[in-house]
Amino acid sequence: MRIAIAMMLAALPAAAQYSGDVVKVGVLTDLSSVYSELAGPGSVKAAELAAEDFMKKHKDIKVEVIGVDHANKADISSAKAQEMIDRDGVDMIIDIPNSACALAASEVVKQRKKILFVVTGGSTALTNAKCSKYTFHYWYDNYELANGTGTAVAKAGGKTWYNIYPNYAFGKDLDAQMRKAVEAAGGKNIAPSDATPFPNTDFSTYLLKAKSLKPQVFGTMQAGADLVNVVKQYNEFGLKAEGIKLAIGLVTEADIRGLGQDAFAGAQATLSWFSHHDKQSEEWAKRFTKAFGKPPTYMQAGVYSGTLTYLDAVARAKTDDTDKVIAALEGHKFSDVLAHNAFIRPQDHRVILDVYQVEVKAKKDAKDLDDLFKYISTTPAEKAFMPLSESTCRMDGSAANTATPAAPASPASPAAPGSPAAPASPATPAPAPGK
Amino acid sequence: MSWQLLAIQIFNGLVNGAFFALLSLGLAVIFGMLRIVNFAHGALYMLGAFVAYTLGQKLSLGFWPSVIIAPIIVGVLGMIIERTLIRRLADLAPAYNLLLTFGLTLFIQDGVRLMYGISGAPYAGPSLLAGATNLGFVVFPTYRLFVIVVSLVVCFATWFVIERTRIGAVIRASTENPAITRTFGIDVSRLVTLVFGFGAAMAGLAGVLAAPIYSVDPLMGSELIVTTFAVVVIGGLGSILGSVMTGFAVGVLAAVGAALYPPIANTLIFIFMALVLVLRPQGLFGMPEGTR
Repeated sequence: MRIAIAMMLAALPAAAQYSGDVVKVGVLTDLSSVYSELAGPGSVKAAELAAEDFMKKHKDIKVEVIGVDHANKADISSAKAQEMIDRDGVDMIIDIPNSACALAASEVVKQRKKILFVVTGGSTALTNAKCSKYTFHYWYDNYELANGTGTAVAKAGGKTWYNIYPNYAFGKDLDAQMRKAVEAAGGKNIAPSDATPFPNTDFSTYLLKAKSLKPQVFGTMQAGADLVNVVKQYNEFGLKAEGIKLAIGLVTEADIRGLGQDAFAGAQATLSWFSHHDKQSEEWAKRFTKAFGKPPTYMQAGVYSGTLTYLDAVARAKTDDTDKVIAALEGHKFSDVLAHNAFIRPQDHRVILDVYQVEVKAKKDAKDLDDLFKYISTTPAEKAFMPLSESTCRMDGSAANTATPAAPASPASPAAPGSPAAPASPATPAPAPGK
Repeated sequence: MSWQLLAIQIFNGLVNGAFFALLSLGLAVIFGMLRIVNFAHGALYMLGAFVAYTLGQKLSLGFWPSVIIAPIIVGVLGMIIERTLIRRLADLAPAYNLLLTFGLTLFIQDGVRLMYGISGAPYAGPSLLAGATNLGFVVFPTYRLFVIVVSLVVCFATWFVIERTRIGAVIRASTENPAITRTFGIDVSRLVTLVFGFGAAMAGLAGVLAAPIYSVDPLMGSELIVTTFAVVVIGGLGSILGSVMTGFAVGVLAAVGAALYPPIANTLIFIFMALVLVLRPQGLFGMPEGTR
């Protein structure tokens, strides 16, 4: 009854409360370069599906979605974010693979007073030194990945570890976090982690070292094409056959589909979502596949959930006014089709949710082409993410709000996801021609 | 660093060097004979891997036939590129070739991306070469040893043909003085096409050989090509022997460097290149312009 009244109330004067009579969501993503498969056009489709679902429930609110390419370059990301707000009139921006691009857009929304949901960018700087009232970090981050995998694998009996990481801020931080988590869970790092050149094609040195160290777990913080190289050579050098388990800092469905499920089989990682986790996720993935032509990645699932969460806040606030929507978002507790036990922390705008420890399935154990992961365990939301006590975030824009070295990931880091060959970062050598 | 680790690193370096050598051999042949800096070389390397993937896995021809057929296909494509595009720029400044071949790279990369996606494709090595071989001091994957051997054989054969046979003499003569060579009744223009095709085929071969051990994705050539150009510059532009020797040397240098101090591994090659350019601008094996 109350809902019905609320809906009626909303239906009558609604039009005036939404800028331009429409709520406009802008997906700022990599439409053509290295992250176009894990986010890209699929992210735009995910946001469209969310808008569709939302409008079915809220027939009085019109939602529009636009997709814009940031070409994986921070300066373009910044320019496009401005254009989307000033010219296209978007109320909210979402996705942004490549942390450098995400941080650039975060500056823009702060000036223009619009809302940003970072889904695919993984740098914890977004909720620490570079946190802002207008930016929300949705779905996952580097801390959560390393913490989840390090803890779960060590607890499950992977007691001795040897790690390698790509030699830039993202890899270094992921590794430091993973080591901490391993020790805390009763495991042991039996050798100092090795920094590998970035980008790199040949990892044989480290794999041979791993073979002589004989750890139970070989941890790799590499991502994207570098990760594919590591996994290919991990199999080639026979580490899997010797029973050295593979723990991966950041893996996406795109990597696994690219190299083939069997090459990754047995590797463990942490995910915020996977398609065969439960019935409703599986159904959603089927629906997405039908609409998009390709199965979703967990980043794209995050864009769907994030868009819904934002629109839901708009509906609850009965306006797309930035401050009122932020008020509706902060402290909000929710679960949706894809996200479980989520909570939007008001202090640093980290959106926490249950995350899952998974193992990549062998192809023969898979029910269908999209069945990549075997569920192992759940890390509850409040344990999965960086505790507030460790966060350096100050929302009031005081001195701590500008670059603090204490932040776990520097903004210069190409950071997650993947990021090999992410030409956006000044730290990245030899960008691919034209990419 | 123990001697054993050093030995392992040298072997690893030789594997990487095998790819540098094959790639820079193709570049050196094309530059030496035709004075064309082929920026599309990295894309042809990538194409070699994808053609092999299509033949070997999609059409289930297996590894061995694709190792032969894929380079031929890439070579033929190279000849078509030379006939239809590069030939037209013969009388223009070298910058036009650079722009053309760079543009071709973008075309090929995006074309492959559209067909296969950015995350690349799975590719398994031949089962005959699976497993590892005990070399006494280290157990090394057999396939990698195979790569070193193939690269050495192909590089030596190329050097032999060009420097020691009649066909080689004709090729060298037609680059030295095309007009006079024509008066002997030799079809220089056909030779140019063949040489370009051969260079392209070498890139394709490197790609096929790399497919089982490196990530097969549309951008796989774009990083490697930068190092390859450094190799060609260090070895001496157009010097076949120089390219091959430098290819292997740079591979070993980078691998040993990576073990000693990882952050410098990728930079080491370019420091070496800068030193060579300052001390011996014609390259280690090159002859100064005008004395050739």
